[in-house]
Formats: sequence, structure tokens, C-alpha cells
Amino acid sequence: MQIPYTVEPRPDTGVYNAKLGIWLFLASEVMLFGALFSSYVLLRVGATTWPHGYEHLNIPLATVNTVVLITSSVTMVMSWASLALKNLRKFRVYMGATVGLACVFLVIKGFEYAAKFEHGLYPSESTFMAIYFTLTGLHGLHIIGGIVVNCYLLGPGSKMWKTDPARFTNRVEIAGLYWHFVDLVWIFLFPVLYLL
Amino acid sequence: MSEAAPGALAGIRTDHHAPPGFWRTYVFSQDHKTIGIQYAITALLFLLFGFTLMMIMRWQLAYPGQSIPFIGKFFGDANAPDGVMLPEFYNQLGAMHGTIMVFLGVVPLAVGAFGNYVMPLQIGAPDMAFPKLNMMSYWIYFVGGLTMLSSFLIPGGAAASGWTSYAPLSVIATAGQTVWLFGMICLITSSLLGSVNFITTILQLRAKGLSFMRLPFFVWAQLVTSFLLLLAFPPLEAAGVLQLMDRLAGTSFFMPSGLVVSGQPLAYTGGGNPLLWQHLFWFLAHPEVYVLILPAMGIVAEVIANNTRKPLWGYRSMVYATIFLGFMSFVVWAHHMFLTGMGTVISSFFQATTMIISIPSIIILTALFLSLWGGSIRFTTPMLFALAFLPMFGIGGLTGLPLGLAPADIHLHDTYYVIGHFHYVVAPGTLFALFAGVYYWFPKVTGRKMNDTLGRIHFWLSFAFINGVFMPMFIQGLAGVSRRLYDGGAMYSHAQGVMHLNVFMSICAWCLGLAQIPFIFNFFWSIWKGKKVSANYWDATTLEWAAATSPPMAHGNFATTPEVYRGPYEYSPPGNAADFLPQNQPVEAR
Repeated sequence: MQIPYTVEPRPDTGVYNAKLGIWLFLASEVMLFGALFSSYVLLRVGATTWPHGYEHLNIPLATVNTVVLITSSVTMVMSWASLALKNLRKFRVYMGATVGLACVFLVIKGFEYAAKFEHGLYPSESTFMAIYFTLTGLHGLHIIGGIVVNCYLLGPGSKMWKTDPARFTNRVEIAGLYWHFVDLVWIFLFPVLYLL
Repeated sequence: MSEAAPGALAGIRTDHHAPPGFWRTYVFSQDHKTIGIQYAITALLFLLFGFTLMMIMRWQLAYPGQSIPFIGKFFGDANAPDGVMLPEFYNQLGAMHGTIMVFLGVVPLAVGAFGNYVMPLQIGAPDMAFPKLNMMSYWIYFVGGLTMLSSFLIPGGAAASGWTSYAPLSVIATAGQTVWLFGMICLITSSLLGSVNFITTILQLRAKGLSFMRLPFFVWAQLVTSFLLLLAFPPLEAAGVLQLMDRLAGTSFFMPSGLVVSGQPLAYTGGGNPLLWQHLFWFLAHPEVYVLILPAMGIVAEVIANNTRKPLWGYRSMVYATIFLGFMSFVVWAHHMFLTGMGTVISSFFQATTMIISIPSIIILTALFLSLWGGSIRFTTPMLFALAFLPMFGIGGLTGLPLGLAPADIHLHDTYYVIGHFHYVVAPGTLFALFAGVYYWFPKVTGRKMNDTLGRIHFWLSFAFINGVFMPMFIQGLAGVSRRLYDGGAMYSHAQGVMHLNVFMSICAWCLGLAQIPFIFNFFWSIWKGKKVSANYWDATTLEWAAATSPPMAHGNFATTPEVYRGPYEYSPPGNAADFLPQNQPVEAR
């Protein structure tokens, strides 16, 4: 007896299992980052002094990173669309671009971190630096998680295209939903930490 | 109750694969039933271990400063020189007792074990929606448990800041607290993966005809519980990350400015907020209370409907109450913080929500009580535990009301009254329900029933002694004895009048430990020597009893895909020969 609805949606709920699963997982992620953003608000409201983000952080680099991440979300959708059009070669190109852009994001982030450490700005410096490193660090871990999953789908995981193309397309869709969420978190992080 | 007929083991699987090896079958299994059993055994062992910690602490409370007999010399000079427990060791035992009982014992048994084994069977599913994820949940839980246990062995010992780990004390505590945080992150991750799996399974894999209002109440309880775990645990994970940063990277999320310890200013920049930890912690830990109690209510509902031989009274109102309870549990957390100085306006709000959330619990309990009315009750062993659950949970719930009112809480906060209150909810409440579940589903898992005489001995002794442990706590608490005191309050003059109760409570606790021996013996003896019984031993209606006894340890639970024709509790239907009508029995043409 096989587990039903791994590929085709269940009529009364309208989704297949993994899609429901990823939405639930993302709901928990919203609560995770929601708690951290709430902590940010509470700490900032309670602080006697709070620096403006632009005094300590590099806005041009972060802007470039924002563009990089949004572009990677676009290529992620294109990779899924390519599979829907039965074009594995194009999927490879777009998925490769997504992984590449994600790496670019991490490299730029690495430069930012290095510059902070050079100036002696560690998490213990102030509550602002603490929440900056915690939020961007946790976001960075999510980026790394996404890279691992996308590399799997690009490499060994793509064998499934031969045996079960519909399911493979679903997997790319699921990875895409996660990737858009990670992108969205950055869209919140950027103004909250750098601009406000 | 029907006896096993020869060849009654119907429902043999037809879709044989090559049999998987030993490791894949019993250790790294992806089958929900095996994983459920793994959870059950691990969680029962952790419960025993956590209870043992408490039995050791009870010596210090009953006879402060006296050498622990027999086992005292094994704790080492760092913990108990000459067998006399040090305050630091007492704190470790207290913190780990709470952590182990809640996160490694009760929740894994209620959700991981019963939820995993019974829920997919009750909805007629071949397995959980994500079997690999299910296996991962168990093993991450296992690693988290080992991490917690290992913290006893590191220098400075285990975490000692209580299961609540309040900052700033926990931030400056010994390395055991760091291990505690890593352990908690494992346990939280495991719960998150599990809850995603549970919700997806319940929503997606229900059998044909099994609409939401035909779900057994146990499945409803698991569904709401999973939502609580899914949405309440991430904030604690966030809090854990922040506390780890405080401990390892020297940040000051929870460290206020100008903190001085033992005359020395601390090397923290300050500017943090200790209350933030409490908010994040209780945002999880209050829904967690309902995570502890809802599956227990689910088990009790199943057992009561089955043993009164009549439908549950007010099934729909119970379901709606459970859903409402789930929503409300997210807006009551700060009633744990009335004394933190967060302000009377906020206190009033949380006082009001706390009074509101007592309503759905009362609806559920009332419905269960009324379900007994006019039933021809079978006093089976699981039924005894389920019946005991009702008044015990009632005491636990009603004693909680004064704690939810800010003025009364000023007197009762952090006293033994609180300990008595939540233990009545969780120990004779939830644990009794879990015992009911073990006795009730044992025949399904093993094909044999547990011995009734031993079960009755286990029940009556446990029932007597558990009340002996917790009832005097109310008296001590009302007299003003604080919790977490190394000597049980002996140093305070206002506590002198109730100190003698400590000896009685400790003796009851040790006797309660002895009372579990019949259960442990019964459990193992019955696996191999218990009386063989048929697939539907209790004459039950829900789908798990339509599966073969001791279903094979691989995907595939039912010989044929079950179809559901009616609600879950069709007991004693008029005009039916048998006094029960299984959910999957087709309607006969008339």
C-alpha cells in the first residue's frame, strides 16, 4: 500500500503532501523569525541609546545583496517553469544560477562580517551588533541550507527526472517556496537593521 | 470481550517487498509503528530516570543534611561528599527532573509514541505522510536526550537553573546550561519535524469517508497538539539561540546593565532584558501545558467511550472546545509572570484570558463525566486509569484558578501550591491517561493483553501514593513554603508547622516508585507470556482495531484500504446484534 497524494493533490484539500508540509514548516519559520523580530523591538524600545543602522553597517553592499537575492528568487521560479515545460537543460542553467547567486550573497556577507571584525565590532560590542549578527547569521544558515538542497536537486536529485518527472517538479517547487521565504526574511531584515 | 479464535490473525499483507534487514526493521525504521514503539520505550525509560532524580531529591527534603543511604556514595565528592547532597547538586536534579519529565518523557510518550502508533491507524493511513522525516524526528529526539544526560558528566554538572532557565542566572551558570541549550534545540527540532508530519498526515491521509466530524477525538487532540508544537516551539528556539549567544559570544540579550554578582561587576555590556527570556519561554511553555494534557484527554475519551459502551456525550462540543483551547493557549502565557512587575494593565489582560481558557477545559471534562451517565461501565484496567484521570485533572485544573488571578497569585506564586497544582495536571492527570493508553493499546501492539491483577495492584497503589505525594503540597504552599528550597523550607520559621509533611510526602514518593514494579514486570512479562487475544479485543469501533493484531513492521497497515461509513463511537446502536458498530463496517442493505 503506497502513501497516497505524494504527487497528485488530494481533492478536498487541494494540495499534495509535501506542499502542505512545506507551508507548515514555513509557518514555524515565521514564528522563529517573528520571535527574533519581536525581541529586536522589545530590546530597542527598552534601550536608552540605539544606533542608526547606517552608522555601523554598509548600505551599498546590503543593497547589492538585496538585488542578488531577489534575482535568485526569479531564477528559482524559472528553473521550476523550465521543468513544467519539460526542459531539463534550462532547469540546470537556472538552478545553477540560483545556487551561484546564493553563493555571491554569502561572499558579500562574508566581506561585511570581516569588515566588522576588523573594526573590532563583535556581537558583544552592543545589543545592536548582537541582534545584527544573530539575525543575519541565522538568515545565513538558512541560505546555506537552501544551497545544500538546491545542489542536491541540481546533482544527484535530478536522476528522479527520468523515473518520476512530476514528483521531481514538485520537489523543485517545494525548494522554491522555501527559497522565496528566505528571500522574504532578507527583505524584512534589510530595512530593519540597515535603514531604521 | 472476544477471545482469540484460531487463525483469527486476518489481514496479512499482500504487497511483499524483499524483507529489509535487521537495522532497517528495528533501528533505523521508517515505519510509524516501529518508531512509535521506539518513542514509547525511550520515553518510558526517561520517565523512570526523571522520577528517580526526584526520589533522590525527596531524601534531602525529608531529611535535610543527612547522608543518603545506600546510593549516596555513588554520586562522587563533587555532588554529595559523604553522601550528603550539596545545594548545587540539588539544583541540578531539580532542573533536570523538570526538563526530562516534560520534554523527554511525557511529550514523547503522548505525542511521539501514541500519536505515531495509533493516529495513522485511526485514520486508516498506510503510514505517516513523510516516513523518513518521522525517523529523523525520533533520532534527533534521541540525540537531544543523550545530550541532556551527558551534561551530568561534565565539570560543574548538569544545568541547574530550573527547567525554566530564567536569565540572567542561567547566562552565568556553569557549562551544563550550554549543553542544556544544545539539547533543547535538538528536542525542539524533533518536535517541529514531528508536528509538520502529524498535521500533514491527518489532513491528507484520512481514509475515504473519514470526514473531520468522524475523526476519533484522539486524532483531534493530536491535530491541535501538533499545531501548538509547530507554532509555540520556534520562539523558544529563538530564545535558546539568544541565550547561547549570551553565553558563548558575550552578548547581552538577557543581561541588564550594571549587574553585580558576589561583589564583582559582570563583564557584559548590558542593555538587555531578563523579562524577554520569560516572555519567549512562557510563550512556548504555556501552550506546552496543553501539549501535555490534550493527548491525555484524547486517550481518556477513547477509553471511556469504549468502556461505557455508549457514544461520547457532546463529541462536537469537545472538538470545538479543543480548537478554541488551542487558539486561546497562545494568549495566556504572561499569567506565569504576574510578579515580574510588568504592570497591572498587562496582568489584567492575561488574567481575563486565563479565566476564559478554563472554559473549554471544563467543557471537555464535563462531557467526559457526562459520558459515564447511564453507561454499562466495564471496569477494565485502562478504564480505572481513565476514570481516575477525571477527578485528578479536575483537582489540578480547579487549583489553577487562584493562580490565574493576579491578587491570589501574589501569595501563592512560586510556592509548593504551584508544584502541587501542575503535578496534579501532569502526574495523576496526564500520566494516568498515558498508563490507560498503554494498557488499552497493548493488545493491538503485541497481540497479548496485560495482566489484570497486576494492573489493578499498579493502579490502586499508584492512585493512593500519588495523592500522598501531591496533596500535602497544597497545605505547604498555602502556609507559604517556597519551591526550589534546598532544605525544603526548614530554615524558615513560618514553614515549621508544615515541615513534618515532607517525611510523609517522601515516603509516599518512594512507595510510588515501588508501585511501578508491578507495571514494569507486567509490561515485559505480557509481551512474551500475556494471554493471546483477538484483533479487536475491546470490541472497539475505531479503525485501529480493524487492522491486524501487531501489524507488520513495514509500510502498509491494512489488508484492504479501509472505508469509513459512520462516526467514531457507535456503541450500543439500536437494532444491532453486537453492542458496537465499527466505523468501517458497510451499511447493510435493508
